[in-house]
Amino acid sequence: MSESRGSGPPSGGPSGQQLPLQENLSLDSSCFSSPTVNFLQELPSYRSIARRRTTLLSRDKQSGTLLNPADSSSSHLEGEITENFNSQSIRKYALNISEKRRLRAIQETQMKYLSEWDQWKQYSSKSWKRFSEKAREVTRHLELWREDIRSIEGKFGTGIQSYFSFLRFLVLLNLVIFLIIFVLVLLPVLLTSYKFTNSTFVLIPLKDMDMQCTIHPVSTSGLIYFYSYIIDLLSGSGFLEETSLFYGHYTIDGIKFQNFTYDLPLAYLISTIAYLVLSLLWIVKRSVEGFKVNLIRSEEHFQSYCNKIFAGWDFCITSRSMADLKHSSLRYELRADLEEERIRQKIAQRTSEETIRIYSLRLFLNCIVLAVLAACFYAIYLATTFSQGHMKKEIDKMVFGENLLILYLPSIVITLANFITPIIFAKIIHYEDYSPGFEIRLTILRCVFMRLATICVLVFTLGSEITSCDDNTCELCGYNQKLYPCWETQVGQEMYKLMIFDFIIILAVTLFVDFPRKLLVTYCSSWKLIQCWGQQEFAIPDNVLGIVYGQTICWIGAFFSPLLPAIATLKFIIIFYVKELSLLYTCRPSPRQFRASNSNFFFLLVLLIGLCLAIIPLTISMSRIPSSKACGPFTNYNTTWEVIPKTVTTFPSSLQSVIHGITSEAFAVPFFMIICLIMFYFIALAGAHKQVVIQLREQLSLESRDKRYLIQKLTEAQQDLRDQ
Amino acid sequence: MGSKQTVFTHEQLEEYQDCTFFTRKEIMRLFYRYQDLAPQLVPLDYTSCPAVKVPYQLIGSMPELKDNPFRQRIAQVFSEDGDGHMTLDNFLDMFSVMSEMAPRDLKAYYAFKIYDFNNDDYICAWDLEQTVTRLTRGELSAEEVTLPAPAEPVPGPCGKPCADSCVTSAHFLSFPVSVG
Repeated sequence: MSESRGSGPPSGGPSGQQLPLQENLSLDSSCFSSPTVNFLQELPSYRSIARRRTTLLSRDKQSGTLLNPADSSSSHLEGEITENFNSQSIRKYALNISEKRRLRAIQETQMKYLSEWDQWKQYSSKSWKRFSEKAREVTRHLELWREDIRSIEGKFGTGIQSYFSFLRFLVLLNLVIFLIIFVLVLLPVLLTSYKFTNSTFVLIPLKDMDMQCTIHPVSTSGLIYFYSYIIDLLSGSGFLEETSLFYGHYTIDGIKFQNFTYDLPLAYLISTIAYLVLSLLWIVKRSVEGFKVNLIRSEEHFQSYCNKIFAGWDFCITSRSMADLKHSSLRYELRADLEEERIRQKIAQRTSEETIRIYSLRLFLNCIVLAVLAACFYAIYLATTFSQGHMKKEIDKMVFGENLLILYLPSIVITLANFITPIIFAKIIHYEDYSPGFEIRLTILRCVFMRLATICVLVFTLGSEITSCDDNTCELCGYNQKLYPCWETQVGQEMYKLMIFDFIIILAVTLFVDFPRKLLVTYCSSWKLIQCWGQQEFAIPDNVLGIVYGQTICWIGAFFSPLLPAIATLKFIIIFYVKELSLLYTCRPSPRQFRASNSNFFFLLVLLIGLCLAIIPLTISMSRIPSSKACGPFTNYNTTWEVIPKTVTTFPSSLQSVIHGITSEAFAVPFFMIICLIMFYFIALAGAHKQVVIQLREQLSLESRDKRYLIQKLTEAQQDLRDQ
Repeated sequence: MGSKQTVFTHEQLEEYQDCTFFTRKEIMRLFYRYQDLAPQLVPLDYTSCPAVKVPYQLIGSMPELKDNPFRQRIAQVFSEDGDGHMTLDNFLDMFSVMSEMAPRDLKAYYAFKIYDFNNDDYICAWDLEQTVTRLTRGELSAEEVTLPAPAEPVPGPCGKPCADSCVTSAHFLSFPVSVG
């Protein structure tokens, strides 16, 4: 490409070159004749940018100079190069390989004139770079599911690939959470109970406690029917209740090793706090990269337009059908942009009457949305109270199906609500008359809120059940010890049931809906109904909400059921393979594509919302509801959180006073005010920067117009001079 | 790696490693891909640096490029004479820039070259028209492609923007375009 243009020999720098005019230049190109281009390249701004980049940008113009070291300007360039001895940066230069080779040869000869110390530094940095590259290659092979995700990316695009990367991230997150819990809580208990180390359990008897609080009826039935094993497995009751799956198993106050006593209650609490903090930090770290990209893709239209045109094509596509799809999706996006433009014009032309009508309609529809949400929450509340109430009755007397139905009633109601409400929301949003992009975002936001709030409602219902008693017997132990002698285990059981049911539903939907649908579409495509229904599309937002829902359950449940993260890891691994198979064999790619850079940020944002919603019930149950006295590591404390103050009292007094100082109001209030001030400062700074950026942009476009005008005048003047 | 390969000398492989973003293994793998395109044309011994060019038709039929609407421009940009026929050096260069290890600046520089259909160092209205047409496979109607811009400086697909902001190479690189 270079040589096709710079055909003449360079004569005293780039300004003297004559460019051959191309016949098929565009309509607007009358100003872009060759003298104009020459002038533009002589401008100091162009040259300083070219030099600043340290890439020999106009390599075409200066390729002659590289070949010909006698030229004065080339030696100036070489002077620049010799300042930068790092040979690894050659690869970043915008030159082709033969020129880079020449540059490298020059550098090597230059190296001979260096001192021995510099030579050794060069050599060692080069071999370190090689070694780190090899190490990176090896670790890349260890990356989980790399080949699968790559092939999905090639066949279905980067939007769906980002879903599977997100799923992989959750698998790793759950694995790390389980490792934390294992090391801090499970390992000492296992070591002691299986007598691997010479340690014993420390059981401190309760003092000043009403013995009624400690009664924990363990059901021991003689002959157990086989199906009750299945029910136990699915609902976490019966033989599973006493295992290390649930909180109740850890009724240990400490583990006495040879040199020290391991404080198990403290470790249990620390593990919970640790996994919540770790999840928060990891998600924030991952989303910061996506946020930066999102900031660049602002609502500024020229920028988003440029992004679509110049960065719209996915260069990783390897299949014909995917290429067709990408073409149609780009077409769709450009048409959608034009549509948005038309809508914006229409909105600008709205009369005040219409505006009032639209806003009152929106208000009314939002009230309907709130009413729908309230109805769902109330249904979940009813289902939970009904289920909890009937579970206490004689379960063995009921029939198998009825039993399971009652146990799983809350899960069933939640799933039905999550299935119906998106359809309702999608219908409602049509009448609200928003732009298409905003419609999609608002619908997704409502669905996210619906899904995640249902778990909170369930947990709060349970909480209210636990702390409410019929005849004031709560004052004895702080909770309803008749119905919930070991309430943490029962909350854990509910979370376990939710997780199992969610898993079963995902498998069932894939097996009994996706695959038959595909079979029907393939073999009975003559029926009109089937044709209308069409083949399955991989709906990214729904799937993402599904796995965020599962992860939120895991976060809430991990405190009450320490093995739940391990179950979640297995569940997500199985879901990965199931979804992959479903994608490859039953789905056709959707014409409306998610952009990867946008979607990563969106997924992590939803996950962050889930984490925040998970922290609320955990903090309330840890600090407000008294821990059960009949089971668990916190029998000797009023609430779970009390472990921390009691541990602090065992610290040396200087450390104690420091901690007391930090947690007192005298420190917290000024600290909070300073944080607020800093935040306001940054908001104001960002606003000011935005203003400056807008002004500079306007100025830039005006400047370029001025530049073109001046150059035109100059060339005309030159022309006149030459003609004379 | 104690590779017993006889294709390149040790010095050549070192050069390639320094000049591209690839490791030894990847360079060899790419060489064999190149060789597979035209087995009778490409010798298995590059120690003497033979001047062999694989014609564009074979390059354009590679699975990575055959569905890309810009494959012709890509081959033209990276080939030595701008005609699309590539030597091994050009081939490695192309893959090096397109690989995920290349920095954004470098990619943006070559992207500018690729979208500059008439090679005049500017992306003008005609270049944009070509780009949009290839992206949508000519299925946007003619008016949609050249939709005149509305009153505000907000563009339709190929309206005023480039006339107002004169998209030169330097401008392109300093523009905060998110690549991918």
